[in-house]
Amino acid sequence: MPSAVVDKFFRTNKLPQIWCPGCGHGIITRAITVAVEKLGFDRDKICVVSGIGCSSRATGYLDFDTLHTTHGRALPFATGVKLANPDMKVIVITGDGDCTAIGGNHLIHACRRNIGITTIVFNNNIYGMTGGQYSPTTPKFDKGTTAPYGNIDKAFDISNLAASAGATYVGRSTAYHTNLLISLIENGLKNDGFSLIEAISSCPTYYGRKNKKGDAVNMLEWQKDHAVNISAASKMTPESLEGKFLIGEFKNSPEPEYTSEYQKIIDRFNKE
Amino acid sequence: MNSSETVTDKLIINENWCKGCGICVKFCPKKVLTLENEKVKIVDIDKCIQCGQCELRCPDYAIYLRGK
Ligand SMILES: Cc1ncc(C[n+]2csc(CCOP(=O)(O)OP(=O)(O)O)c2C)c(N)n1
Ligand code: SF4
Ligand code: SF4
Ligand code: SF4
Repeated sequence: MPSAVVDKFFRTNKLPQIWCPGCGHGIITRAITVAVEKLGFDRDKICVVSGIGCSSRATGYLDFDTLHTTHGRALPFATGVKLANPDMKVIVITGDGDCTAIGGNHLIHACRRNIGITTIVFNNNIYGMTGGQYSPTTPKFDKGTTAPYGNIDKAFDISNLAASAGATYVGRSTAYHTNLLISLIENGLKNDGFSLIEAISSCPTYYGRKNKKGDAVNMLEWQKDHAVNISAASKMTPESLEGKFLIGEFKNSPEPEYTSEYQKIIDRFNKE
Repeated sequence: MNSSETVTDKLIINENWCKGCGICVKFCPKKVLTLENEKVKIVDIDKCIQCGQCELRCPDYAIYLRGK
């Protein structure tokens, strides 16, 4: 008998999952279910949509209405689900590759529209599923199978990108900072419009091995040692923030949600 | 299934699901856990304060608090 939250929200006959030992994706997937449990949402009013990647396999393990779609297209499918069922809470699970490479254009427009979708990006800085190619979030000079001498592209800051494109709730946490992650997902789900939670994950098998980051434990320790909460960062010197990254709530500024604006137009014509 | 479960007053471990990653062992503040043959094992259950950090970060849902 698994724990109560796993028993309630997972397809336990599909467990143990297929992810590598110590992969951060498992930690983040459970965090999502804890957030849903804390909010007490009706699970029949939740739909979870994913694209393709190790991260996107999460929908196969979650016992909600789920859609496992095509690479980069989770947000278009989720947009359809939300437009047809505006009362549904729609959650997108996606990887850094899925969300910001092949699916990057869908991301910025979903943000711009402020459609009621909570997107959780499992950011492990690599394409895990296909064997470690560099992604748009691979740090400059880090290695991937497609960048054996180091990646020369500048990395996207997914949270900044989403906030600038118009997402109305944005936050970042890590697999290590699990309780913060749970509370950001809760707040994201409470926002009616588009929320993006960047969950820093870990891929010990490809990113870790290629970049000599040690094992799964070492990668979580790295998250612990390099993340700085935004509330503490404002009191720190630029020197002490060198090499660190920010976590916490970055944006919470609700605006009218897309499907409710859409409904207003329908209502206008129904009256005439 | 049940034969691979370790049930104590404080914790339950499902050895079938444990992949031996060592995350729970490393971040347990009371050093309650260890790895043996790539599976988690309890060293000293009396020290466990049921903080739940092992459950929070186990990627495989193989360890969790009892009765919570
Ligand atoms: C149209 C298309 N192009 C490419 C692929 C191959 N492919 C599968 S997953 C993936 C990248 C996955 O990376 P990410 O989204 O970061 O997820 P991760 O596996 O790291 O969790 C790619 C390129 C595909 N399935 N479909
Ligand atoms: S390849 Fe990387 S991202 Fe994929 S399951 Fe393994 S550790 Fe996780
Ligand atoms: S509940 Fe806390 S003290 Fe007990 S084993 Fe887990 S991490 Fe250690
Ligand atoms: S964190 Fe989970 S999978 Fe990893 S060693 Fe502990 S019980 Fe096993």
